[in-house]
Amino acid sequence: MTRTAGFIAGGLLLAALLIPIYRMVVASITPDPSVFAVPLVPTAFSFEHYRALFDERDFLVPIRNSLIVAAATTALAIPVAAACAYALARLRMRGRGLILSMILAVSMFPQISIVGPLYLMLRELHLLNTYPGLVLPYLTFSTPLAVWLLTAFFRQLPRDLEEAAMVDGASRLRAAWDVVLPLAAPGIASAAILTFLYSWNEFLFALSFTLGPERYTVPVSIMLFRSRYQIPWGEVLAATVVASMPVVILVLTCQRRIVAGLSAGASKG
Amino acid sequence: MQPAGVQLEGVSKTYPNGHVAVRPLDLTATPGEFLVLVGPSGCGKSTLLRLIAGLETPSSGRIAIGGVDMTTSPAQERDLAMVFQSYALYPHMTVRDNLAYGLKVRGVNRGVTKERVARVADVLGITTLLDRRPAQLSGGERQRVALGRAMVREPKAFLFDEPLSNLDPSLRAHARAELRQLHQRLGATMIHVTHDQEEAMTLSGRIAVMRDGRIEQIAAPLEIYNAPVNTFVAQFIGAPAMNLLPAPLLGLNAPDGSVVGIRPHDVLLESSGTIEAAVEMVEPRGHDYLVHLRLAASNAPPLVASAPLPPIERRVFVQFPRERLHLFAPDGRRAPDP
Repeated sequence: MTRTAGFIAGGLLLAALLIPIYRMVVASITPDPSVFAVPLVPTAFSFEHYRALFDERDFLVPIRNSLIVAAATTALAIPVAAACAYALARLRMRGRGLILSMILAVSMFPQISIVGPLYLMLRELHLLNTYPGLVLPYLTFSTPLAVWLLTAFFRQLPRDLEEAAMVDGASRLRAAWDVVLPLAAPGIASAAILTFLYSWNEFLFALSFTLGPERYTVPVSIMLFRSRYQIPWGEVLAATVVASMPVVILVLTCQRRIVAGLSAGASKG
Repeated sequence: MQPAGVQLEGVSKTYPNGHVAVRPLDLTATPGEFLVLVGPSGCGKSTLLRLIAGLETPSSGRIAIGGVDMTTSPAQERDLAMVFQSYALYPHMTVRDNLAYGLKVRGVNRGVTKERVARVADVLGITTLLDRRPAQLSGGERQRVALGRAMVREPKAFLFDEPLSNLDPSLRAHARAELRQLHQRLGATMIHVTHDQEEAMTLSGRIAVMRDGRIEQIAAPLEIYNAPVNTFVAQFIGAPAMNLLPAPLLGLNAPDGSVVGIRPHDVLLESSGTIEAAVEMVEPRGHDYLVHLRLAASNAPPLVASAPLPPIERRVFVQFPRERLHLFAPDGRRAPDP
């Protein structure tokens, strides 16, 4: 009985989440005039929007930009955050609570409040319209978030394991590398996915700190599809489908690892 | 490896929050000794073991291992092996890699490592488990692997932090016997922490009974059993616990507030005599009966006796053989025999 109810509730939730995505995909392959009368089942197929996206708008450039920025942000944020989180989770030191709340406070500032100062700083550093000009601001938001996530994750790993490794002859660093890191892989994977998604989706900084199509990221590029006279919905929707792909691939490939990691941690009987 | 002695001089541990886990104490484990630290939870026995292991730094005092001062050396330099209560097996490694890890980090070459892992696995009967992961092992198997991981290293001394407490009672007795045999076979120094007084009695060469961060008594098991230095040790060692009665109740001439202790199996139940008691409850134990009594005298504490046969009447007479009595002064310390 509760099982059936669970299935129905789950099905409804899934439908609510999937219908917009389904409509987006269907609309992106429907020829122009019918975009706002999207049929439930596609009646006419056309890849015209996708062709236009790559042939006329050179959509590969924003995709490349977004990939570079998001990957660089993740690659820089995660090692720093992991080291920081390990220290906060394990070492006894003064002011640990204060450090943690400061880190959280930093990531709580509304983005819009620091766009102006950041713009001036980046201009002085000659970093406007460059990849570092996006990666650096992204790091200020994503690193604290990753530190928080990973601190909580490291805390719940049993201390005994590292201590066993240290008694076995490993230094603290070696123990962290050989024992803590492999066990923290699921947590690190989730933090990495979140960091990547954050950078991939980010709009305000990307709009403010890039100056031309050669550095636009995907969200900025899609917003600028609109012209004075029309919004090319077909291409916008095709672009959103394309922009969703890396995210879907990332989550699907990492999901296995996350779930597998959660069940492998058992050490007690 | 030659077994090494462990020496503690004036070692204490106070945590930053002000909690005093270990008060300044001296303790020596001679090379090849099996020393058991026993006491109720929170008595500081685990902290003491962690201080020896190098997982905590002492607030004062000196720790020497094999005659070398190791007070400030980190755990990895002490060349000790520790078996944790949770076993702390590395869950992402196979049993083989778990055993080999300590040798790998010390840069022992592969041939030697392989040979030593095989030999230890053979001794402990875990050869067939070598390619499994900890999650696929039973509690008893994990305990063996944890022991194996300590043995492979051939350390200066073994530290055991309640390694038997997670086992079923039936398995525990078996593991206890094995541990003893292992000690005889390896001749290694072993320091074993437990809260189980029976485990302490059966395992050790010497027992250190701890309370509130202090060592109350350190001696061979039978010496502690036969001549406990105070009422705490008297009641902690031996099950069921020793009875404590006010001295005047037994007509003894002792200073005011003195207490007399007598173990349950030393209390004699008779059908006639001078000290009368009411039978409150009888618990059969198979080989004998535990008889819970209350002495007729007013405000007397309950008394437990063990007897080969249950009393027939609701009222019995008890006798306390004089040579079996332990006399304790008002401050709880042992006094000369009455």
